[in-house]
Amino acid sequence: MSEPLRLAVSRGALFGETLDLLERIGVDTAVLRSDSRSLMFPGGEVTVVTMRPGDVPTYVEAGAVDLGITGKDVLMEQHERVVYELLDLGYGRCRMVVATRAGSRFADDLERRLGAVRIATKYPRVAARWFEQSGRQAEVIEVKGSVELAPLSGLADGIVDLTATGRTLEENDLEVREVIAECTARLVANRVAHKMRHDAIDRIVKRIGNGAA
Amino acid sequence: VGGLRSQASQGNYPIPAGTRDILPEEMRELRQLSSALLETFQRFGYGEVSTPTMEYEDVLVQGDERAAGASYRLFDEHGQVLALRSDMTIPIARLAATRFADAEPPLRFCYLSHAYRAVRPQRGQQREFLQAGIELIGADAPDGTVEVLEVLTAALDAGGLPRARVGLGHAGMFTALLQEMGVPPADGRPVLEALSRHDLVELEQRVAALGLDERRRRTLATLPQLRGGAEVIERAIEVGGDDVRAPISRLAEVSGRLGERGIAERVIFDLGLVRDLGYYTGAIFEVYDPALGHVIGGGGRYDGLLARFGHPLPACGFALYVERMHVAQAEEDRARAEGRT
Repeated sequence: MSEPLRLAVSRGALFGETLDLLERIGVDTAVLRSDSRSLMFPGGEVTVVTMRPGDVPTYVEAGAVDLGITGKDVLMEQHERVVYELLDLGYGRCRMVVATRAGSRFADDLERRLGAVRIATKYPRVAARWFEQSGRQAEVIEVKGSVELAPLSGLADGIVDLTATGRTLEENDLEVREVIAECTARLVANRVAHKMRHDAIDRIVKRIGNGAA
Repeated sequence: VGGLRSQASQGNYPIPAGTRDILPEEMRELRQLSSALLETFQRFGYGEVSTPTMEYEDVLVQGDERAAGASYRLFDEHGQVLALRSDMTIPIARLAATRFADAEPPLRFCYLSHAYRAVRPQRGQQREFLQAGIELIGADAPDGTVEVLEVLTAALDAGGLPRARVGLGHAGMFTALLQEMGVPPADGRPVLEALSRHDLVELEQRVAALGLDERRRRTLATLPQLRGGAEVIERAIEVGGDDVRAPISRLAEVSGRLGERGIAERVIFDLGLVRDLGYYTGAIFEVYDPALGHVIGGGGRYDGLLARFGHPLPACGFALYVERMHVAQAEEDRARAEGRT
């Protein structure tokens, strides 16, 4: 029996559905579901490693894990990382959007008068690329916490952020102006593992493919 | 004397990120590894050459529009733009075309040289790195390709990495396949871009948008996922039928020859393999060791490159990253010590 594949799983919005998926393909998730402080959960075929969503591409690219599950939003933000994107897992569906204060032509006016809009975001590279691609200038301001606060307080004219239901935006009097991308959970693989362990990876991919929503 | 720290060593006199000092213990092992590689190359009849660290940018651009990704440029005293070489393939193509214009091919060269590329932060990437490799000039596919693969596997053994494998793909295969299916180049481009980003999810979406029939759609989506032994080629033909036969024929030729040389089990056929340098035309390689998450070498055929220097000859070669091989050696030792191999 060869070594188990190491699979990085994001603790965060995707965690619950990822565990459901693992269970459907026969991974025992009981210990993962308990409030264990462990970070690595050894198994016969798959060893699960839990981490923050944004760290998944880092571990996968370096080969510290063979496979990872994280959001497309994370992969877009870290698009220069060399990982193989194998499967769209279908869950965790949300949209990456540009939003501004509801009803206002504020951003348009500013863009005309000042030549640039200020955009607050946790996704500075996605935001910068989006405005650049559409031929507009933006001053991108990276924030770590609630992005909605930025336009309310006047830090920025608009935001680039993820939204699932749009409720948080609505509650903060923001409305979607542009949709940058649809994001879902993705299965990614390390470049070397994808070749050296192709049989084991293909088996998992096939089972996940059958078990994915 | 390693591990000795004083105030002065803690950052008052920094060296550029992505460069390093090498101390005696590490140097001894690197030297040993380098010698083992060079000896292997020479045993197969490859003569060692050396070329300037910096070349005229114009000349590198002659070989590849992006000067093979050269990142460092400077002006000489006459205002000419010089570039630090980013690999040895273009300099050796230049050398072969100019110094050996009248020689009877095939020409066999090897090298142990530093090359220079920009680094992305915090990735363990090196701005200055040591490459060991060969160039076989004037030997066509599949014979030349098989010879290069044989030298490569011998070099991996000599470097103490018997578990290392060579991923083998074909640079033009997917383009030829799209053409075979009558997809206009402009429509095929987003598919090729998704492939080069290793984004198989987007690839499938882009393929779905091409309006092909179900079988062709499945062929384009499945082929990049096929990797493994020679059976992969059979499987590709099974999936894709006549569309695949011609595009895959060059790989099939190589496949047949690997067994004769006893290196079939060292090669992983990979129908989704892509390399980002523009000059590759045929077979392409990547080198992996199970103890390391990064690629430790690469190469392929560049049958058009010598012609760009006025000396049309087919050619093939590879470069191994010596420092990464050294890391892989250390990781292999650790894996052995922990009983994981």
